Amino acid sequence: MQDVSPPTSPVSRPQSRSKVARLSDARSARQGVPAQEAERTILAVEGLSLAFGGTVAFAEIDLSVKAHEIHAVIGPNGAGKSSLINAISGLYAPQAGRVRIGDEAFARVPSGRLAALGVARTFQNLALFAGLSVQDNILSGLAGARKAGLAAQFLGLPSARSEARAHLTRASDVIALLELQAVAERRAGSLPYGLQKRVELARALVARPRLLLLDEPMAGMTATEKAEMSGFIRTARETYGTAIVLIEHDIGVVMRLSDRVTVLDHGRRIATGAPAEIQANPRVIAAYLGLSDDESEGFADEDAA
Amino acid sequence: MAATLTVSAPRALPARTIGLLLLVVIALGIVPLVGTSYLYEAILTPFLALALAGLGLNLLTGYAGLLSLGSAAFMAVGAYAAFNLSLRLPVLPLPITIFAAGLVAALAGVVAGLPALRLRGFYLAVSTLAVQFFVAWALNRIGWLSNDSPSGIVTAPRLVVAGISFEDARGRYLFSLAVVVLLTFAAWRLVRSPTGRDLVAIRDHEIAARITGVRVARTKLLAFGLSSFIVGVAGVLWAFAYLRTLEPAGFNLDRSFQILFIVIIGGLGTLRGAFLGAGFIVVLPLILARLGAAILGDGFDSGTLEMCQRIVLGILIVAVLIREPAGLTALFDRAVSRLRGRAA
Amino acid sequence: MNPDLAFLIEVIVGGLLSGVMYALVAIGFVLIYKTSGVLNFAQGAMVLFAALTFVSLLERGLPFAGALAATLAVMVVLGLAIERAVLRPLVNQPPITLFMATLGVSYVIEGAAQLAWGTQVHGLDLGIDDTPFEIGGVLVSRFDLFAAGIAGLMVAGLTAFFRYTRTGLAFRAVADDPFAALNTGLRLPRIWSAVWIAAGLVALVAGLLWGARLGVQFSLSLVVLKALPVLVLGGFDSIAGAILAGLIVGAVEKLSEVYLGPFIGGGIEGWIAYVAALAFLLVRPSGLLGLRSVERV
Repeated sequence: MQDVSPPTSPVSRPQSRSKVARLSDARSARQGVPAQEAERTILAVEGLSLAFGGTVAFAEIDLSVKAHEIHAVIGPNGAGKSSLINAISGLYAPQAGRVRIGDEAFARVPSGRLAALGVARTFQNLALFAGLSVQDNILSGLAGARKAGLAAQFLGLPSARSEARAHLTRASDVIALLELQAVAERRAGSLPYGLQKRVELARALVARPRLLLLDEPMAGMTATEKAEMSGFIRTARETYGTAIVLIEHDIGVVMRLSDRVTVLDHGRRIATGAPAEIQANPRVIAAYLGLSDDESEGFADEDAA
Repeated sequence: MAATLTVSAPRALPARTIGLLLLVVIALGIVPLVGTSYLYEAILTPFLALALAGLGLNLLTGYAGLLSLGSAAFMAVGAYAAFNLSLRLPVLPLPITIFAAGLVAALAGVVAGLPALRLRGFYLAVSTLAVQFFVAWALNRIGWLSNDSPSGIVTAPRLVVAGISFEDARGRYLFSLAVVVLLTFAAWRLVRSPTGRDLVAIRDHEIAARITGVRVARTKLLAFGLSSFIVGVAGVLWAFAYLRTLEPAGFNLDRSFQILFIVIIGGLGTLRGAFLGAGFIVVLPLILARLGAAILGDGFDSGTLEMCQRIVLGILIVAVLIREPAGLTALFDRAVSRLRGRAA
Repeated sequence: MNPDLAFLIEVIVGGLLSGVMYALVAIGFVLIYKTSGVLNFAQGAMVLFAALTFVSLLERGLPFAGALAATLAVMVVLGLAIERAVLRPLVNQPPITLFMATLGVSYVIEGAAQLAWGTQVHGLDLGIDDTPFEIGGVLVSRFDLFAAGIAGLMVAGLTAFFRYTRTGLAFRAVADDPFAALNTGLRLPRIWSAVWIAAGLVALVAGLLWGARLGVQFSLSLVVLKALPVLVLGGFDSIAGAILAGLIVGAVEKLSEVYLGPFIGGGIEGWIAYVAALAFLLVRPSGLLGLRSVERV
């Protein structure tokens, strides 16, 4: 209820296509991001290292993400990208280094507090609540924002009811934003893969996170679906001002979508910079771009888990 | 009404509401007029108690995905708590006693659920077995719990609420029906609430649930507590309304499995499943006995019947898991929609 | 020797030896769990089925060797049938579903065994003298020692099988990483069949020993309940863990029965093993020797 404000005109880019009109209707909050807010560092990873037993997943990683930025993390298979996201979201316990989220610093991020910290994420393998409807999945994204206790819900007290209404409005907004109206009532597990990926994005977005971690949101998609998904990710950023960390294999998509790119190879950060700089960086070319992008996935590094 | 809370569920069909109303009218209005005491005592009352136990277990296993093999222990806790409360605090009205017994069972459930914060899957299932054996042992060992009865068997108190006796077969049926309707409604409210969503979320993907802000530990304990409350009250019905006696052996591991089977056959994660499953479990032996007697004549003794029942039940469990994991509920829904299709 | 100490040792030795019997049942579980991730609740029913079949064949006049061979054949068929009819259609289902299916299977086997062979208790004499004998002032059951010997032989046999035969090596590969094993062209279904046959044979050995000790009757299938805490303690996927945990559980049970029982009342062996195993689990959630798995997301 608190942040349901009247629709505002979008700060849209031309490629938002014809959706713009509908997006602006669906949009509910947070228009432009204040200037100083845009310069704020939302996520700072400092010297983070993680190993499983003797196998190094990644070591001494530094990474910083500003508000409103789309920051891609790329690298060959086994470079440690997913492990990095999992460490940032507290699923793995790093051996060294710190993760700063907003004003708080953690040796291990408490994953149960992630939502409260304003962080949401999607998973490399689908992680939907398969037995719930699409709408219920998205509503679950607001679990951390819920105040009403069990008794209030159970007895249908006014506080619980108005909260439920407000959350429903927010869910409907995201459903409209990501064009999921047609499947809102369907069981999430029954949807095709591409749609499930989109529902996962919706579930992460509904909480209007400051920081969104996307672990291969376009893996296994067709070119059309990827273009669509790119559009949704951009829209999400425009609409909610969310900072995004994105893992993606399709170099073309990464270069078009991201503001900055960090390249990992064998668990080490070898470069960070704007897409154009990265494309010109000889170390990156040697490590990664030398291989034709999607096909390079076949060459998995066996030694860096 | 719960309009704001249920919007997320598939729109309730008017047909379903009508069906439900019809069911209530039959159960409350017609059955009591035409029922025989055999119908009440051998079929309806045990059906209601088992359905309620199934409903409770379904919250835990079907919705929250936490497998329990100790349901009978929670039934026993409920039944014995109610027995002792009515014995030692006779001033309490029966509904209060039953509610308090449910709370005791819920507390036992929360304690039994503590390992769930560390353990998962089989390890957790095995820990619920520990509860099963511990409760059975405690009931056998601690004479005070069964009022120091030498045989261990005690008689349940009389079913009297506000001066009205529910002692006869029909009364016990009506009493059970009232309790079951009330708790089913409560369970329905729960699964439609945001907390109900949390239950399914930790079942379907615990990590994602934690990341989205579901308080996983609290939700698991809540699932154990709420489930055990209902299962505990089911235990009270089983002992007070159906058997009218209490003995530890009535709440053994086989009973736990029976309730699990009700949930599996009826359909995991649906409220109706518990009723369909319980109906099936209660009626199956009666049908088998008739069938056996018709085919084999006198050679079909109770031992053979029990074995046949075991085999049929086992085959059904496997068949349901392979062919229709959503249980009888799914079959039922399909049949209804086919009928509707034909009518249209 | 101090009589108290001698008694203590006697209790411990008795516990360890009965622990071997628990481990015997637990190994059957581990075999199947390691390769297919199924916790086979029907293992207890298989133990009952094996013992009941063997005894009934003996009583119908078959010689010992003939009854053994016939039971062996029956167990092989049974193992294969379960794998084919129940587990294969359920491949890729969540572990809990598979577990519940084996619960159903255990009902079918128990019902069928008793329908076929009757419900009365049968004595089973394996021809082993059960008079205790004395080693250094400690009384040891001859039968338990024999059982321990058989269990040892069986473990040695299984170890040799896994180390030196093609199927055995394949089994280990599957246990380590089913996907990798599939990719390298191992035929999973064949290995699963092999493993279910092996579980049937282990059940036969356990059934004969347990049957000889307790009499062959329905309660034999409840040995599964004795094996579960052993599995929990040892880790579901470790044969060595099962043996070690079996010994520990056996000793803990006997010790607590003798020294704790008088204070809190007898009959605690029904749950003390569970509580001990759980207490341990809270410290180490994957058991003594079980693999600690990294959560994959």
